Amino acid sequence: MTRLANAFGKSHPALVCFVTAGDGPTDAVLDALVEGGADVIELGMPFTDPMADGPAIQLANLRALGKGTKTADVFRIATDFRARHPDVPLVLMGYANPMIRRGSDWFADECAKAGVDGVICVDTPPEEDAELGPALRGAGVATIRLATPTTDAARLPQVLETATGFLYYVSVAGITGLQQAATDSIEQAVARLKAGTDLPVAVGFGVRTPEQAGAIAKVADGVVVGSALVELVGQHGEDAPAKVRELTAALAHAVHSAKETAA
Amino acid sequence: MNDAPAPNSFRNQPDDRGHFGQFGGRYVSETLMPLILDLEKEYNRAKTDPAFKAEFEDLLEHYVGRPSPLYYAERLTEELRKNAPEGPNGEKMGAQVWFKRDELNHTGAHKINNCIGQILLAVRMGKTRIIAETGAGQHGVATATVAARFGLPCVVYMGAKDVERQQPNVFRMRLLGAEVKPVKAGAATLKDAMNEALRDWVANVHDTFYIIGTAAGPHPYPELVRDFQSVIGKEAREQLLQRTGRLPDLLVAAIGGGSNAIGLFHPFLDDPSVKMLGVEAAGHGLDKDHAASLAGGSPGVLHGNKTYLLQDEDGQIIEGHSISAGLDYPGIGPEHSWLKESGRVEYTSATDKEALDAFQLLCRTEGIIPALEPSHAIAAVVKVAREMPRDAIICANLCGRGDKDIFTVADALGVEL
Ligand SMILES: Cc1ncc(COP(=O)(O)O)c(C=O)c1O
Repeated sequence: MTRLANAFGKSHPALVCFVTAGDGPTDAVLDALVEGGADVIELGMPFTDPMADGPAIQLANLRALGKGTKTADVFRIATDFRARHPDVPLVLMGYANPMIRRGSDWFADECAKAGVDGVICVDTPPEEDAELGPALRGAGVATIRLATPTTDAARLPQVLETATGFLYYVSVAGITGLQQAATDSIEQAVARLKAGTDLPVAVGFGVRTPEQAGAIAKVADGVVVGSALVELVGQHGEDAPAKVRELTAALAHAVHSAKETAA
Repeated sequence: MNDAPAPNSFRNQPDDRGHFGQFGGRYVSETLMPLILDLEKEYNRAKTDPAFKAEFEDLLEHYVGRPSPLYYAERLTEELRKNAPEGPNGEKMGAQVWFKRDELNHTGAHKINNCIGQILLAVRMGKTRIIAETGAGQHGVATATVAARFGLPCVVYMGAKDVERQQPNVFRMRLLGAEVKPVKAGAATLKDAMNEALRDWVANVHDTFYIIGTAAGPHPYPELVRDFQSVIGKEAREQLLQRTGRLPDLLVAAIGGGSNAIGLFHPFLDDPSVKMLGVEAAGHGLDKDHAASLAGGSPGVLHGNKTYLLQDEDGQIIEGHSISAGLDYPGIGPEHSWLKESGRVEYTSATDKEALDAFQLLCRTEGIIPALEPSHAIAAVVKVAREMPRDAIICANLCGRGDKDIFTVADALGVEL
């Protein structure tokens, strides 16, 4: 968890990059993200039924599962990443069923052993926190909560109550990869969230280009990019790392310098 | 089975967080959470609103055609007695078989009961667009029907494979003005249609109502679908008491997601003398491809609720298989998972072959062409009736008619149409 605090404690906004475990040459892709300048890595745990994801990440899930990716492979990837990059925070993102399959204590324990800093479980809202939350936090793994445009003021305290690590603001009501939100609505939303929490706020969903990422970074503590990177892995397969490094570098430049140019 | 003492009532689930014991709940993305809470609030209001109840009942009577008849299947009963063992007095055993005839409803299945209830909720909530998922197309047709009746646009998600298998229902939905969107993602069947409906919903929460077709999904769906379908059991209870002067010994119903079964069972759950049997689809056999989540699955989380699922050791979902597209779902409503673990309801399964045999048996003995889904229930009746005394009463849910299935059945019997 201190790795997450350090990543968001830098003098510039953080670039958070998502790819799916087992899709393409994942180890090399993760290295490319770090080399390109990603501050936080989100590693997707593949699932047969990714109902919050758009076509790009759905396909990545199917590619990963089609290659036989198992939960053990996800933890192997995380463990090796931690060995190569002792300081870069790594967060697992996915759906409840693969996470709870062997019990929440087992999952939390594996996360801790693999050096996973946090978990985003898309289909476990605060109402069902008991499913995974206590086990993860007990093992020192952050439970990163999502806030969305539909999270109203009455509900926000409940979302924040079990949120640790950082808060992930999903800027559009919808699935990953498709839409974009207007920057001014994001600015207002982030201000509303920050009034309720000291946690850093990262903004994602529909962020594809350095321009968009830079604009959001002006008003947030972090920017999450997923589908655009996942698409590169899908298109370029074994050759993806170079392309991923290139896009990440452009994104990182835009995000890291956003607040300088704004000032 | 758990060791906890039997609850005072089996009819007071779920708790206020939508849990049936360890099952149920609200496993949805944050975007949907406020909407689900709204729906719960509105449903709780509607439940106690006499105007809502009156409108629901009026539509069930005059639009759906309720109450559905309760029918004593005399020739089937006699047929099953033919090779039954002999009882203590030397006469043949064999229970009386009665059918709750929900296949006579408008649109040909029980699905419409639930759709009427949900569209009334949608209208109450000011929603102006309806979405649904469908497997066989029965729930899609029922949803398209009520959407037409209330003048709301309707999008039905259907696995691309099912679109191919169920052309007549696809055309029906289109005639009714619905847009049918084939889903190519994943395995292109019912669970993928449900994923896609959830994706639509999450992007259109402001104006869209999702009419879920079975007693599954996030709270409050399992509860409200059950309540709307409970009209089946309430009527059956009254009709049986009136016609036979007593409660039945056994209720039998087929289980896909479990809505027709819970609708029949729920009003009887606190009648200890009434046994209940839910029948899952055993497909090619429980050791091969099947759709029996209780018999061959384990607890997990999918589509907003915790329940028994067909899944591998990593929690990846395994496709169900059944000759009946309506039973072809890798999960089951959470209340059934709870009723199984509490021991109140017994669950068994019937194979494709057994269902096909039962389908033909009912055609020939009673002049009723059943859907393949209730044919699974009839297959179970065939097995258990002959072991029961002659004065025993079985009531099975004939929850759908078989017009939609004649192509599948012809194919399975090697007949070219
Ligand atoms: C006639 C009929 N029976 C049963 C089912 C299975 O659903 P449930 O278990 O919710 O009743 C279906 C589903 O399409 C159906 O069409």
